[in-house]
Parts: sequence; structure tokens; C-alpha cells
Amino acid sequence: MEKIYLAIVLAPLIGALIAGLFGRKIGNVGAHSVTILGVAIAFGLSLYAFYMHVWGGLPTFSAAVYTWAAADSFHFDIGFMIDHLTVLMMVVVTSVSLMVHIYTVGYMVGDPGYQRFFSYISLFTFSMLMLVMANNLLQLFFGWEAVGLVSYLLIGFWYKKETAILANLKAFIVNRVGDFGFLLGIAAILMYANTLDYATFFERLPALAGVKVEYWPGVEWSLPTVIAILLFIGAMGKSAQVPLHVWLPDSMEGPTPISALIHAATMVTAGIFMVARFSPVFELSDAALSFVMVIGAITALFMGLLGIVQNDIKRVIAYSTLSQLGYMTVALGASAYSAAIFHLMTHAFFKALLFLAAGSVIIAMHHEQDIRKMGGLWKYMPITFVTFLIGSLALIGFPGTSGFFSKDSIILAVQASHLPGATFAYWSVLLGVFVTAFYTFRMFFLVFFGKERMDAPTRSHLHESPKVVTLPLILLAIPALLVGYFTIDPLLYSGFFGTAIEVLPAHDVMATLHEHFHGAGAMMLHGFTSPVVWLSFLGVALAGLMYLVLPNQLPMLFARIFAWPKRVLDGAYGFDDFNNVIFGGGSRLLGRGFWRIGDVRLIDGLMVNGTAHLIGVTALQWRKIQTGYLYHYAFVMILGLIGLMTWIVFLR
Amino acid sequence: MFSSSWPILSLIVWLPIIAGALVMWFGAGRAQWARWFALASSGVVFGLSVALLPRFDTHTYAMQFVERVAWIPQLGIHYHLGVDGISLPLLILTTFTTVLVIIAAWEVIKEKAHQYLAAFLIMEGMMNGTFAALDAIVFYFFFEAMLIPMFVVIGIWGGPKRVFATIKFFLYTFLGSVFMLIALIYMYFKGGSFSILAMQQLPLSLTEQVLIFLAFFIAFAVKIPMWPVHTWLPDAHVEAPTGGSVILAAIMLKIGGYGFLRFSLPITPDAAALLDGMVIAFSLIAIVYIGFVALAQSDMKKLVAYSSISHMGFVTLGIFVIFMIAENPLNVGGSGIRLALEGAMVQMISHGLISAAMFLSIGVLYDRLHSREISAYGGVVNTMPWFAAMMVVFAMANVGLPGTSGFVGEFMVILAAFKANFWIAFFAALTLIIGASYTLWMVKRVYFGEVQHQGVAELKDVNPREAWMLGSLVFLIILLGVWPNPLLDLMHATIEHLAQQALTSKL
Repeated sequence: MEKIYLAIVLAPLIGALIAGLFGRKIGNVGAHSVTILGVAIAFGLSLYAFYMHVWGGLPTFSAAVYTWAAADSFHFDIGFMIDHLTVLMMVVVTSVSLMVHIYTVGYMVGDPGYQRFFSYISLFTFSMLMLVMANNLLQLFFGWEAVGLVSYLLIGFWYKKETAILANLKAFIVNRVGDFGFLLGIAAILMYANTLDYATFFERLPALAGVKVEYWPGVEWSLPTVIAILLFIGAMGKSAQVPLHVWLPDSMEGPTPISALIHAATMVTAGIFMVARFSPVFELSDAALSFVMVIGAITALFMGLLGIVQNDIKRVIAYSTLSQLGYMTVALGASAYSAAIFHLMTHAFFKALLFLAAGSVIIAMHHEQDIRKMGGLWKYMPITFVTFLIGSLALIGFPGTSGFFSKDSIILAVQASHLPGATFAYWSVLLGVFVTAFYTFRMFFLVFFGKERMDAPTRSHLHESPKVVTLPLILLAIPALLVGYFTIDPLLYSGFFGTAIEVLPAHDVMATLHEHFHGAGAMMLHGFTSPVVWLSFLGVALAGLMYLVLPNQLPMLFARIFAWPKRVLDGAYGFDDFNNVIFGGGSRLLGRGFWRIGDVRLIDGLMVNGTAHLIGVTALQWRKIQTGYLYHYAFVMILGLIGLMTWIVFLR
Repeated sequence: MFSSSWPILSLIVWLPIIAGALVMWFGAGRAQWARWFALASSGVVFGLSVALLPRFDTHTYAMQFVERVAWIPQLGIHYHLGVDGISLPLLILTTFTTVLVIIAAWEVIKEKAHQYLAAFLIMEGMMNGTFAALDAIVFYFFFEAMLIPMFVVIGIWGGPKRVFATIKFFLYTFLGSVFMLIALIYMYFKGGSFSILAMQQLPLSLTEQVLIFLAFFIAFAVKIPMWPVHTWLPDAHVEAPTGGSVILAAIMLKIGGYGFLRFSLPITPDAAALLDGMVIAFSLIAIVYIGFVALAQSDMKKLVAYSSISHMGFVTLGIFVIFMIAENPLNVGGSGIRLALEGAMVQMISHGLISAAMFLSIGVLYDRLHSREISAYGGVVNTMPWFAAMMVVFAMANVGLPGTSGFVGEFMVILAAFKANFWIAFFAALTLIIGASYTLWMVKRVYFGEVQHQGVAELKDVNPREAWMLGSLVFLIILLGVWPNPLLDLMHATIEHLAQQALTSKL
């Protein structure tokens, strides 16, 4: 199996290298063939690994590939750990990646950076696989930063666009704020556990549970809380949790396929995966879990609200991604790690589907992304319409779709949690359901129904996208619709994750849920009577009323009534303005101040040139004595002689 | 390949100096001959230094390839050379960088090309001598002598304010080393030998140690350079020609770090332990404060110069944080000391590669548009895609991205610093944010965006000479980032011995 794991990561890497270095020689067809082949190999072998581990009874695999560095008493390895959590992630990553690769053939056609794009997305697949397959924190960090690099390259893919290259800079730096916490978390683990290896760390964890640390005089923290929160700060950056979420909406400047792959389905869920992987640490700290839950709840509700006022189709879905990541984070905080991973998986499928379908719309609209200029598209592009509908239904949690099972499980889990903050989180995620339904179907109705608001030339060219685009849509629509129904029981209630996820009995909300779970069908039927589903229906109904029934009156009226809240939402709560002024402007000011005052004026001006000046001035004074007149010197000599004689004769 | 009786280190030291002299004498009016001869001789020296590797025994801290003959026996001065796990990597870095500098000068330096090349060959020999010297006077001789060719390089081929910059550079470094000479002479009178290894054994009282430590500290802090004696470096870089900047950043700064490892820690361990707080504070100021200063620069060379100072902060931090690691009662098992020292060493090698790459890249742009101002560029990727791709690799290495060499040293030092104190690691780790900000903001303004100027629109992508020069650095930077272990293997034994010396009190 070792060779197979290695092949899974290396196949996309080789594809990326060939497409990147020899792109001009092998041409467009060569570049997409070699990368699609690489990812297809990775996907096929991942399925095999999944099969072998889940049904073939293979035990958890963990071994080093090579020693990256051995220094002091530490071994930093590049190595794989393959358990059920890993194989699930591998299948999700490679399957979505494969779909996106195929889709890109249609989406990026004619772009001068065609080969480069394929090289990047294959490199991304390699990095993401390295991240999920790691057996130690070094490699996790390696993959973590590598996916960040590719994200940076891809957001700025159209490097002539000023907005794009500003967005990728922002994405990198905001992620680095998270990484700052993450790296300190890694350092804390090395400090106290003397290892970066997952298994060894978890073995040594019980001994560290009671350790107290004091980083601020008088304030004592428990060590697991410190480690968990530092690691979670890393997750907040990568998984775009408030207040480190600001980069994700802007990342939509990148081409749509990568919005689907990186900024919806896989990379942004790395933080969720990481917290689930470190469940043994988080379990030891109620404070950290509460923190996680509250941050997630804020993100889930308030980022969803921002989706309501967006008019760019990609930005609506981007805010929806933020909100859904919030749901996953809430689940982590409620110790429902399996539910978080479950939602991660269903979300990967339906959100990738939504993004790719939106991309199909964008192609048809000649790269117009404003939903106010769309409308009535359903009859021009039936496949896109149906698949977009499936994605939307899954997103709002329509009973039976994959999103229903995962989101409902999260809400139930939060309801069952007794940690501080659980009540707030419960109401947030519940209200979030209504908000999600409203913004999703606002977008859906504006795009596919109502008056055709595009200009005449665009309308005359409207048509369904080519097969290479619609095929991935169909292939993603299947799991978006069905995967929840078939996997909820095995994933959540049959111990699928085994020892990969650890939950203390006191936190075990999933056990509570299990008592009330009587099969996926029963859950679906029961769904129709639960407030969750009715809230989402209400959201759809309101969206329909506003944008289908009375599109000319109601939106205007609402905008007038809620003028003040709308202004807050339009400004996205002022995060960007605050960051630009305080952090952006502040650090530039600080830099200039340090330089002009510290370096130029104080060090160079006062100390260095000051000393030079002082020497100069003293020398000038000294020079005055050296007049060059013989009688001056003679006079001084006589004075000296008299002085000397006086001293010798009288004072000795 | 070479029998053990070959004076291979002497060859590595003197061959470049002799070659430099030949280029100087016979190169006038024969620029092309001078270039090929300089390239060939620097290539041979590089080959010789690499040939040390397979015969280098990594299991011992003892000096290897030792040569020792009496030079001025009346004063106990010996011509004494040898290398161990900390000087060998730096020696190879020097010989490699010199080859690059000669390639970089190829068709760029037209005026007095033979003298320019000769200066770098002679400088190479002196830097090699500094790293290989085991006698304090030999060390001091090379340490001072290398200033002269550098002084000449900046003074003749430099920018408009070169005279000011050279004098500032010379006064600073010269003033620093005078104190070192006094300390060396004092120890000679005390111990009767100029052997560095003997000085390491010399018993010294705490007062003596503190005074000697401070004398060394002034010399090496200026060289590396540390805040607040760093301001000569940006001025020197801005005025220096590309090759001068490369050698200055890649090698000369490292001599400061090397000095701390070779002299300060083993000779004055108690003083180092006493004054480590000061050095750590200066290092953290370098990392944070200088990072912000770099953000404010509009001249690319100044920006990279400040970035160098900030990165060298990790070297001094790694070297001096070991005492706090050893004293930290929470650090059960007391590990992390060698991690810090090896991290500092890796940071030096890596910074040698990255800063060379950055300055060579700026040189590539400067050769074309004759400006170092960020605002004179914009959208370079449109006309120089291969160059921009390599530059993004260098920038990412400067940012410390895993998979590049820039990550390794910073990672090791930050992890080790946490073992000393949370807040040291906290401030050191801020480089993740600040370093990314100033580096990538520059990349955005210079490389990305629409073509901003007519000059940029007419740029030609890298020629094969430049592609090989920068490509070799891309290769090494990634190799060292993906697999640093072979480099670490070279130094384990030496670092272990050094850690022991540093933590054993002489009192």
C-alpha cells in the first residue's frame, strides 16, 4: 500500500511539473491531458485505498517517507498517516479536483494561461493531499502553506487585473495571521510533547492535560486550551472564520473553477479537517470548544446575512461558503466532529456544483456576473438550471438532499450541547437556515426566472454550455443529491472514524443524537415536521414573493424600510475599512515612522553622524590652537617649562 | 581523489587570490579572456571545496584538513587552517556565490572588467581564509583584508553616492574589528597563543569574559549587522554594484554569525550567558522593527537590505537563545539547544542563497532599466514571464514558505525559541506576517499588474546566462527546503560540541 499512497500524491505533482515546465511544448491538449491523467490516477487509487481501509479491514497506516530533518532529539519526517478520516478526505479532494479539471477544459478555453492554470490546480491537488495525508505537524504545515501558495497564485491568476492582485496579496497576508497562531501552536506542542508526530503527541497528551501555563503574570491557562486555541487561530485563517474571513469574498477574483475547488470544496475546509484531526486536544478544553463554537456561530449567521445584499453571483456563493464553514466550525465546537466532516463532504459536492454551475452561467453571460442583469435563463440552459437547482436545494437543506442530512445533524448536535455558548450557537444556526434559504433562492430566482434583463446581444447568444462543462455538473449533482442519504448512518452512527476522532463521554452529543436516529428515511420524514425545514421553506417563500411575485415593488420597499441595516450589510460590517485603516495604514505609518525617525534621524542623525559631527567640531576647535606661528609655540613652551620647574622645585 | 597530504584548504584560499592577481595583470584590454579565466578559476575552487564533502568525517567535531606551519614563531603565530561542520558549509557557500557573481558580471561590467573580476577573486580567497583560519591573527588578517577589495568594488563600480557609502562601510566595520584585535592580543598575553582552539580552552574570569565578549560583540554585531549598528548596510547595498551586493549579503554578513559561533560562545560562555538578554532583545527588534522599516522602502535594494537585517535577526536569536532554553525549568529534558544553533546555521546558508537570488534579480532588472525604484516597474511578468516565475520562488523563499530553504531556519529557531520563552517565539513568529507583507507587496508592485511604463513594455526575458544563474539558485533553494537533512548531518557533531562548550562555565 505504501507505494500506492506515494503514487496518489506524486501523480498530480508530476502532472503539474510537466504542464508547468513544458506547457509551451506540449500545448493545451498535452497540458490538460497530463494533469487530468495525474488526478484521475490519484482519484482511482484513492478509491482503492478507501475500499481497502473501510471494507478491506486495513489498519491505520503511519510511516515516514523520508527524514526531512533530524536535529537535536527531534525527528521531523515527511510521512503519511492513513486512517478512515484520511481516506474520506482523499476521495473528496481527488473527486472534486477531477471534476474541476475536466470542467476547466471548457471554462478556460482560449485563455493565454491555459497550461499554467492546469499546472497550478494539479499542484494544488498534490499540496492538499500532502496536507490531509500527513502523519505529523511539519508536513501538515507544509501542505497548509503550499495550498496557500497555490491559492495566492490562482487568485492572482489574471495578473493584469488590479483587483485580482490586491485580493491575492490580501489572502496571503490574512492567512499568514492565522498561520502565525498555528506555528505557535506547533511550537507549543514541540515544547511540551517534544514531538510533532500525531500519534506520539496523542500518546503523551494525557500527561499534559493538567499542565498550567502562565504567559501573563497572574493569568493561568491550561495547556490544552492554549494549544487548541493557537491551532484554531490557524484554522480561522484557512477556513475563513470571523474576523479572518475578509480574504475569502475577494478571492472570487480568481477564475471560477478554482473558486469551486479551492475556495469552496477543499482548501478552506483544511481548518475543519485539522481541528477534527486534533480532536483529542480540543476535547481537553471546554474553553477552547466554546470559543470555537461561538466563532463558528458568528460566522454562520452574520456571513450568511451578507449573502443577501450581494449582486455578484460568485460573491453570493462565497458568502454562503463562509456561512457553511461557520456551520462546520459550530459542529466542531459542539464536539460533533463527525458531523462537521460529514457536512464538509456534502458541502464539497454541492458547493463545487453551485460554483461550477454559476461558472456555466457566467460563460453563457459572456463573463457578466451581476445577477440583476440576468433572469429567465432556465429555458436557455436546462442542464445548468437543473443542476443549479439541485445544488441550491442541497444548500438550503431540503429534506432528502445531502445538505439536509448534514446540516440537520449539526443543528441537532448543537441543540444537544451543554457547553457555554451552545444556546447562542443554536439560535444562530437555526436563524441561519432561514437566511441561507432566502439568499440562495433570491439568487436562483434572479438568475433563472423573471424578466430577461440582459442586453440584446448577450441574449441572442445565450445557450447551454458545452458537454465538457455540463458533464462535471451532472457528475457532481449525483452526490450532491444522494450522498447524504446513503452515508449518514455509516459516517455518524456506525463508528466510521474509529480512533481518528476522539470524543469525551461528557461531550458526546452524537451519542444523544444516535438515540433519536432511526434511519435516514425516518429522519427525512421527520424533517418535514421540524422547525428547521419550515424555516428554510419560509426563506424560499419570501424570496419567491420578493423576486418572482412582486419583483418591482417588494425589494425596493424592503430596501427603504431596512435602509440602516442594509447599509451595515453593504459595508460588510466595516471589517475591510477597519483593516485598511488600522492594519494597512497603521503598519505603513509605523514603517515610515521607524525608518524616518528611528533609523534616519536617531541612529544615523544623532548617533552616527552626531559622533562624526562631534569629532569634526572638536577637531576644528583643536585646530585653532595650531596657529603655525613660531612665537605662539615658543610662548607655550616657556609656559610649560616654568610650570614644570615650579612643580619640581617647589612641590616635590 | 586527493591524498591527505594535499594542502587543499590552502589551495582554496590562495588559488583565487593568485588567479585574481593574474587577471589583474594580464587582463587589461582582454576582457573576454579575463572573464573566462575568472570563471574557470572560480569553478575550480568551487570544485575543490565540494570535493571536501565526501572526505569530510561528520562524526567528529575535530578540525579536518588541518594545515599548520609556523608563520611568525617569535609571536606564536601559526599559519593554521582547518574546517569543521560550521565552517565547511559557509566555505562552500562562498565558492559557489563567487561563481555566480562572475557569471552575473559577464557582459554587464564593461568598464575595467578585469579589475572587477580580480577584486572578487581576491575577495573570495580572503573570505575562504576567514572561514578556514584557526589562528586568530590569520583570521584577523583575512577579516580585515577582505574589506579592501569590497571597498574598491563599491568605490569604483558603485552608484552616485558611493564615496559616502564606502567610507561609512569602512569606518563601521573597521572600528568594530579594532576592539576584536585588542581582545585577541589580550588573550595572547594571557595564554601565550593565537590559536583559536587554545583560546577556547583559556580560563577567564567573568570580568575578562565580559570585556572580551563586548569587544567581539562590537565587531560581529556590526558585520552581521544587528540593530542599532545596521545603518551602514542599506547605504552600502544601494551604492554597490550587483556583485558587491551579492557578496556582501550572501557571505560577509555571515562572517558576523560565524564569529559568534567560533569566538563568542566558546571563548566567553559565561559572558554570553550573562548578556544573552541584550542580544535577544536586539534580535527581536531586528525581526520586527526592521521588518516594518522594510515595508516603507521604495528602493528595491534597500528593501532587500532591510529584509536581510531582519532575517539575520534569526541567526543571532538562534545563537543566543540557547542559554534561556537551558535555564527554562518548564523545558523538561532540556532539548532545543542544538535545534536553535542548527537553525541559526541553516538560516545563514539559506539567507546566503536567497539574498544572492534577490540581489541578482534586482540586478537583472537594473541592467535593463537602470532603476531600482519600485515605482519604475509594474507588470514585469507580462514581458518577462520566466524571470517573474523565478522571482516568485525567491520571494516565497524570502517569506519563509515551507518547501523553500527560507522556511527551515526560521522554523527551527521559532520552535526552539518557544522552548526558552513564549514571548520570544511570539515576536519572532511575527515575521510570518511582516515578511509576507513587505516581500509580496513589492512583488505585486514590481511584477504583477498591467505594464506601467514604456520601459517595462520593451523588457526582454532572461537570456540563457541569467536563466542558468537564477535557475541554479531556484534549484538549491527548493532542494534545501525539501530536504535539509544532508546539510544538518554535516554539522551535528560540531554543533553538539559547540553547545557543550557554550553551556560549560569557565569560572
